[in-house]
Amino acid sequence: MEKHLTRMGDGKLVEMSSDELRHDLEGGSEDAADKGKIEPLSRSEIDSLFDIFTDSNKHVSVAHGNEVVLTDDVGHFRLIQDNGGCGIGIPLNHMAAVMLHERGYGMDTTPYTAVDATFKSFKPIMPYFQQEMEIIIKNTIIPIYFCAMPNLSAYYYPDGPFPNPSDLLPAGKVKEALEAQEKAVEHLTKDLIFCGEKIDQIGCDSFNFDTVGSAGDGDFLATLRAVEHLKKNTNMGIVVGMASEFVLGMHGGFEYRGERLAGMYPNEQAKMVESAGADIFGPVINTNTRKSVAWNVARTTAFSKSCSEAANIPIHPNVGMGVGGVPMCETPPADAVTRASKSLVEIGKADGL
Amino acid sequence: MGMPVPHVMASGMGGIRAAGDLVAWMQLTRRMRINNAKAYVAEKLKVAPKDLSDVYIMRDIREELDIGIITGVPGCAKGIEARSNIADLLDIEINSVKHYRKN
Repeated sequence: MEKHLTRMGDGKLVEMSSDELRHDLEGGSEDAADKGKIEPLSRSEIDSLFDIFTDSNKHVSVAHGNEVVLTDDVGHFRLIQDNGGCGIGIPLNHMAAVMLHERGYGMDTTPYTAVDATFKSFKPIMPYFQQEMEIIIKNTIIPIYFCAMPNLSAYYYPDGPFPNPSDLLPAGKVKEALEAQEKAVEHLTKDLIFCGEKIDQIGCDSFNFDTVGSAGDGDFLATLRAVEHLKKNTNMGIVVGMASEFVLGMHGGFEYRGERLAGMYPNEQAKMVESAGADIFGPVINTNTRKSVAWNVARTTAFSKSCSEAANIPIHPNVGMGVGGVPMCETPPADAVTRASKSLVEIGKADGL
Repeated sequence: MGMPVPHVMASGMGGIRAAGDLVAWMQLTRRMRINNAKAYVAEKLKVAPKDLSDVYIMRDIREELDIGIITGVPGCAKGIEARSNIADLLDIEINSVKHYRKN
């Protein structure tokens, strides 16, 4: 029986038969349909994925004319940082590293960010970011966005001013845990708006809320409120990229425009982000390291297609380490990455990645 | 190689090597889906949408329109000057260009 080289979700190279591959593709699609209450991939879409995964070439690509726009939430820092954040530690200044993404890599857009990419950390040093961003946007051509994480967790003890719900809930202090989150959301919203308005002052083109929802529904709510404000009061394009496929109900009662945020999957998240006024939405679908890349890519593709059909704005699924069908490892193999890339664009109806 | 190179090679439009930045501007300023954004830019450049990712075709078009090119040719528009020409070409408001012209 013919065997095909593929990988597991942790990156390990494995051999699978045609039957095993097809079984995993169907399984991933069915799992997305079950979890997200969406349509599974059709027979012909599974067949197309099967062709991508049985292509004996090491790397694959989309057909001529099917290319899409690339956005990114790391950018220049992948070249500079050497602090355990998967960077490669080249001693470049930020301007040079951004220009390498534009002129060296051929990226369609790229972000400007910093170590500890949390808006709470950025707030006291926004004049520094204004100065550096001003230099960068005057020397680049592609869209550059200011990018960081809302990270509501930074507003709780021991890092922030409010009691930590993760301590309060196990102690049975439910009311106190809910109140702490409600207060933290107010502070986070103000900080997101503060950073957005400051960077808009120097003519920044776009603002990227990255890893949204990492601390649950409150994190998502603060972001939606800030997006709404910044779209009304600035001239920046807004990108919203999620932290995971499912909005955790850390509070459980938070709503935006009458919709409960906890438990939302990508197709529902997209509608919220679009109604807040964002221009591009980046859904995340988590990689399961115990399943094959084929299973993970089929699952991601089903979610992406459903999200794209639900939205009226461009959809750019996250396809980095441990999300979007890409293996969860520090050095994702390009054979797996290119298969996820092609699948999401040509079957998952992505407008970008 | 990181994450960008596999995606650029597999699915990307090539940025200023081709017309990826122009299509990206339409998504960011007009919320256009990929096919609409490509059609809009292609009409402005008087090419077919599939040509927007072709570095051979786009290299000369970008120089003629002075909207920034990938190679370091002296005298061609660079940075905010090229972005300013892009805003005019695509008939869009780009925040950095608006700020630059105001000052």
